[in-house]
Amino acid sequence: MTTLQTLIAEGVPAENHRPFPRVRVTESTWRKAIDTLVGERCSLLGLWATPGSVHLVLCAENNIAVLSLDCPAGRFPSVGARHAPAIRPERTIADLYGFEPVGANDTRPWLDHGRWGVKHPLGTRQPTSGAPAPYPFLASEGESLHQIPVGPVHAGIIEPGHFRFTANGETVVRLEERLGYVHKGIEGLMAGASLTDAAKFAGRTSGDSTVACAFAFARAVEAAVGIEAPPRATYLRALMAELERLANHFGDIGAICNDAAFALMHAHCGVLRERVLRFAGKAFGHRLMMDCVVPGGVGRDLASEDAAALRRLIGMLRDDFEPLVELYDRTASLQDRTVGTGILTIELARRFAPGGYVGRAAGRTFDARKALPYPPYDALQFEVPSRQDGDVNARVWIRIDEVGQSLSLIGQILDALPDSPLQRDVPPAAGEGMALVEGFRGDVLASVRLAGDGRIEHCHLRDPSWFQWPLVEAVIEGNIVADFPLCNKSFNCSYSGHDL
Amino acid sequence: MRKILFQSLRGPLTEAPPRPQAEDAAELARALEQTARRRLGRSLSIRQVDAGSCNGCELEIHALANAFYDLERFGLHFVASPRHADVLMVTGPVTKNMREALERTYRATPDPKWVIAVGDCAFNGGVFAASYAVAGGVSDVIPVDLHLRGCPPSPTDLLRGLIALMENSS
Repeated sequence: MTTLQTLIAEGVPAENHRPFPRVRVTESTWRKAIDTLVGERCSLLGLWATPGSVHLVLCAENNIAVLSLDCPAGRFPSVGARHAPAIRPERTIADLYGFEPVGANDTRPWLDHGRWGVKHPLGTRQPTSGAPAPYPFLASEGESLHQIPVGPVHAGIIEPGHFRFTANGETVVRLEERLGYVHKGIEGLMAGASLTDAAKFAGRTSGDSTVACAFAFARAVEAAVGIEAPPRATYLRALMAELERLANHFGDIGAICNDAAFALMHAHCGVLRERVLRFAGKAFGHRLMMDCVVPGGVGRDLASEDAAALRRLIGMLRDDFEPLVELYDRTASLQDRTVGTGILTIELARRFAPGGYVGRAAGRTFDARKALPYPPYDALQFEVPSRQDGDVNARVWIRIDEVGQSLSLIGQILDALPDSPLQRDVPPAAGEGMALVEGFRGDVLASVRLAGDGRIEHCHLRDPSWFQWPLVEAVIEGNIVADFPLCNKSFNCSYSGHDL
Repeated sequence: MRKILFQSLRGPLTEAPPRPQAEDAAELARALEQTARRRLGRSLSIRQVDAGSCNGCELEIHALANAFYDLERFGLHFVASPRHADVLMVTGPVTKNMREALERTYRATPDPKWVIAVGDCAFNGGVFAASYAVAGGVSDVIPVDLHLRGCPPSPTDLLRGLIALMENSS
């Protein structure tokens, strides 16, 4: 039996959880699961709570299992105490539900800054008042160390978060992130929402990944009620997802170079990004394709003249991108900044199992489109680029290679676009569904529990940033402060998707 | 690199500016006093503040700087500090966790100053208004001079609003 099968066999299966098994387990199995994480026989895909229970999602050998532990006393054995990637999810569970991870080393609040006027907003609510307590940052002591606080309001046009640097001269000794500034309470808003409203929330969890989040949400809902979207809808979803990937990768490649003061790449990549968004705006009525993917299918069709325009566009993008890649690769002053900077070690990547270009630039090969294929990717040809260096340059190159793959995928989708209705009705039925969709940043996990009347009982959207943010702290260590923007942009983690 | 630089001389992609809409101008006319208009001239420094957005509005604000919209030709530019800013461009429903940071940014911006609330969330909290974690729209926290609606507003919409601001301030 595989690692996951052994764990599943020890639990009581939950009915109506599709397509991956979910089992209710005892504390002893929960602890065994922690052992498998520590022994790197599986990786952590998610950890969250619902009223009365905590849920651990594990992935091994391209299989997923969900272990649920009831915690009537409001306590559960800490995963984070032994497996660091679980620390922040557990702090979040403690903030939102008030469940105590027993044995946890870091018991500081995470998303709760003491400003909501309520403690444990999704659990047993307790009103609070008064000024928020100061947040104790981790100590760094030593001669000639100084601290640089940055944020939450940053110098650029980016999302808010706080970075606390401790530096020795120019060298970063420690970086500690403090996030949660854009916590909007999406999980709370989702509970009790209609499918239409919940899909809107999913599409506004992280604006740059609106297609990926809506895609994952829709697939989870469809799994919960046991339907598949019509074939044309699945192809159009993938088309939108690849356009989103292209737009973001073009934007990122340019922005990373811009953070190394190479504005030429930024200007040219900005043009390519804009062309993709303009196409999306014209073809689908929204430049970011918000609300285009809905449970049961898609809300917009691709007109035949737009399909022809898209073929011309991918040809143009391919032609225009090629000299830019050469420019990136041949500009020594730029390479000097990106090569060898912000190295994520393969060991750390294995332990945190980050998705997307962060993981694949450091030895991982996981891509949800390949590992757990969903339509239409099971019928399309593409490669998953992977590198070993783990530096800023490797994260740029993964994006460059993925641009090529996405252009090819769009061509294949246009060739094979089937005729069918765009949507199916989603019958109101109770059930639980889960889906993993590869966004530009990495795999987005959606877990949905539907009440019998078709409303959402609970929905958790796990952004890939959860397992990438902690690694930003790790890769900057020993680098100079001036390289932080470069490192940070090469990760481009989501604040909103993480803060939820 | 030389080849790409030469190719860039083919002529700009930059498009003609959109015409401001009457209602933008009307809202601004109320907001801007004659003296302040003279003082601003045709140059505005903008500080963007994300007070809780999903990042969608930021993406479109970013696009204003690309070759198609070329914001700087209007004398508009984004600055890194509120202390250098004439205008705060605020996005998002204001989360309770960002409220103080927004208030402090507003106080750090020298007078005369204007606040543009960008997006449907900034208008009234949008879809997030009912959350325990959200304080409301931007005007629930600091005074707002101009609302630019949309989810997110397109760069053209943003440009239209900003040009209206310029025309009323010159």
